Amino acid sequence: MLLDYFHVLMMILVAGCFVPLILFFGKFLRPSKPYSEKLTTYECGEEPVGNAWIQFNLRFYSLAILFIIFEVEIALIFPVFLIYKDQVSASFSLGSVLLFGELIFFVGILILGLAYAWVKRDLDWIRSVRIQ
Amino acid sequence: MIDFKTIVLIFFGALAVSSAVLVVFLRNIVYSAFSLIATFFSLAVLFIFLSAEFVAGVQVLIYVGGILILFLFALMLSQQLSQKAVKLSSTKLLPAVLLALPMLGIFLFVIYQTDWELVQNIQMEEGVASLASLLLDKYLLPFELASILLLGALVGALLLARPGEK
Amino acid sequence: MESLSIFLHNLTQQTLPLWIFVLLSIVLILFLITLPFAGFATYLERKVSADIQARIGPNRVGPYGLLQFIADGIKLILKEDIIPTASDKIFFRMAPMIVIIGSFSMFVIIPFAQKIVIADLNIGVLYILAMGSFVALGTIMGGWASNNKWSLLGGMRSAASVISYEIPAALALLNVILVSGSMSFGHIVDQQKFFNWNLFHNPFLFISFFIYFISALAEVNRTPFDIPEADSELVGGYHTEYSGMRFALFFLAEYADIFVICAVATAAFLGGWHVPFLNYENIAEGVQLPLQFIITLTKILVLFYVVMWLRWTLPRYRVDQLLGLCWKFLTPLSFLMVILTSMWMLCFGGRSFYGIIIGFFS
Repeated sequence: MLLDYFHVLMMILVAGCFVPLILFFGKFLRPSKPYSEKLTTYECGEEPVGNAWIQFNLRFYSLAILFIIFEVEIALIFPVFLIYKDQVSASFSLGSVLLFGELIFFVGILILGLAYAWVKRDLDWIRSVRIQ
Repeated sequence: MIDFKTIVLIFFGALAVSSAVLVVFLRNIVYSAFSLIATFFSLAVLFIFLSAEFVAGVQVLIYVGGILILFLFALMLSQQLSQKAVKLSSTKLLPAVLLALPMLGIFLFVIYQTDWELVQNIQMEEGVASLASLLLDKYLLPFELASILLLGALVGALLLARPGEK
Repeated sequence: MESLSIFLHNLTQQTLPLWIFVLLSIVLILFLITLPFAGFATYLERKVSADIQARIGPNRVGPYGLLQFIADGIKLILKEDIIPTASDKIFFRMAPMIVIIGSFSMFVIIPFAQKIVIADLNIGVLYILAMGSFVALGTIMGGWASNNKWSLLGGMRSAASVISYEIPAALALLNVILVSGSMSFGHIVDQQKFFNWNLFHNPFLFISFFIYFISALAEVNRTPFDIPEADSELVGGYHTEYSGMRFALFFLAEYADIFVICAVATAAFLGGWHVPFLNYENIAEGVQLPLQFIITLTKILVLFYVVMWLRWTLPRYRVDQLLGLCWKFLTPLSFLMVILTSMWMLCFGGRSFYGIIIGFFS
């Protein structure tokens, strides 16, 4: 098994070396004539106004939270689904029905979560804000 | 003569520790967030050395793909990064050290007290399958409760993230 | 499934150390398949788009403009490498590297033929999903480091769409795991002999294939989901500030990613190298591998053509529509598919649609 991951490690090394190497060889070919005007940030030809490191839209945050919750759930049911086939294809038994029920329960609870977010309009990009 | 495996193991162990130290000590908060990538990734490598490939995959999937992106979003929405990158400064060095020392003591105590067993040639071919049968058999209740916990986390997090709602 | 390195190692009677073959297999797959494909894909993309718009497309460099991608490559390598003063220098340099590492490392598990795979990991499906997250991180990093408003917006949008669409993609692949009982792509392909393609395993997997393909398109930011680099709104998206070779690396990673998703769709749903009426046991040893390789590559290229075709057919989504499609349509639908597939497996004892029909006649 470690041998398999040795391949992965080597691939990461090769990919990691590929980028600096190609840039290094390019260095001999490409021009390098920087001046301050050229090195300014692009902003449609204007002088850049301020900095781009600014506060950001909250919408992205809720999405990331939703994503993590579902991702954890998927990670948890991955191994269970892996043995599901062997369990059910043996024979139609009470055990396999129970297994199915357990899975439905687990998935169902999370669908409930999705439904909650949907009803509470957390899935909407533009949200109506009540004015006090 | 140290073999290649040991070198890789030591390298990633050192990378995990050093990048974790960097996360704490780097002044620029975005740099610390990105240095967490190295920490999480090397932890995944260590999991692979423990033959826990599934856990390694989940580690990368959830921590690198999810938690880190959440961190970055959180940084970008909560801090005014416009003038300069947010600087972290630690002023309460003494209390921190006083708190950390007993912790270190406890860890060292546990490490030295534990009777480490050397296991040779672990057969982990069906690691994921055995994990699944454990989840569905012995740990069924925690497994199902985890879904309720996740639901609670989802509702709570969305409630907090919602603007203008108390 | 045996990996390419071990196959080559045994072929040479194990005279050389194994790590040389590991390196060799990686280099072979990367530089004989991935990079030429990515280059060729840029040419193909321009030719196909020209064809759809009733133009001729590149026709100057070489016969039919076939050498166009080499000319493009030379042009890109001769371009000046500009790093804006206001940018974050370290991350600006690191971002293309992370993107390339993420997308190249996905090639490790792509099965091209019985023995042509770098390493058939046991957690193949999970690995694909996990490594995909590096690409998202690289784009955010590039967008943030550029210190350009367009880039930051592009990076954020990219991250949002990637993380959103990873859920339906993962759930669609979960269906495949359900019917094949394995996460390794070698096993998944092995179970799809003749008509047993996962696509036709049951009606729900047929839908799952489309869910996967749509979500994967969104994950690699292809039209109609290309909001991170929407030229009409965001100039160039997350790579606005990148020029020359660094820009080319982002581009390369994008084409590599498209290749990966087409290959994963082929292996997971379209039977890999298996086609109806073809029994590999009746075919001579020497012909087997090249034939499997050609069949896999053909399927991948057909899917790639669909990707390009979609680009010139559909208009771009708006951000809210994009995320609405994911969370309000694809995610609930894929949850439903997971439940229905597990119900199918329970009711028919894990047999496929084809298996049931065969069962009636025998």
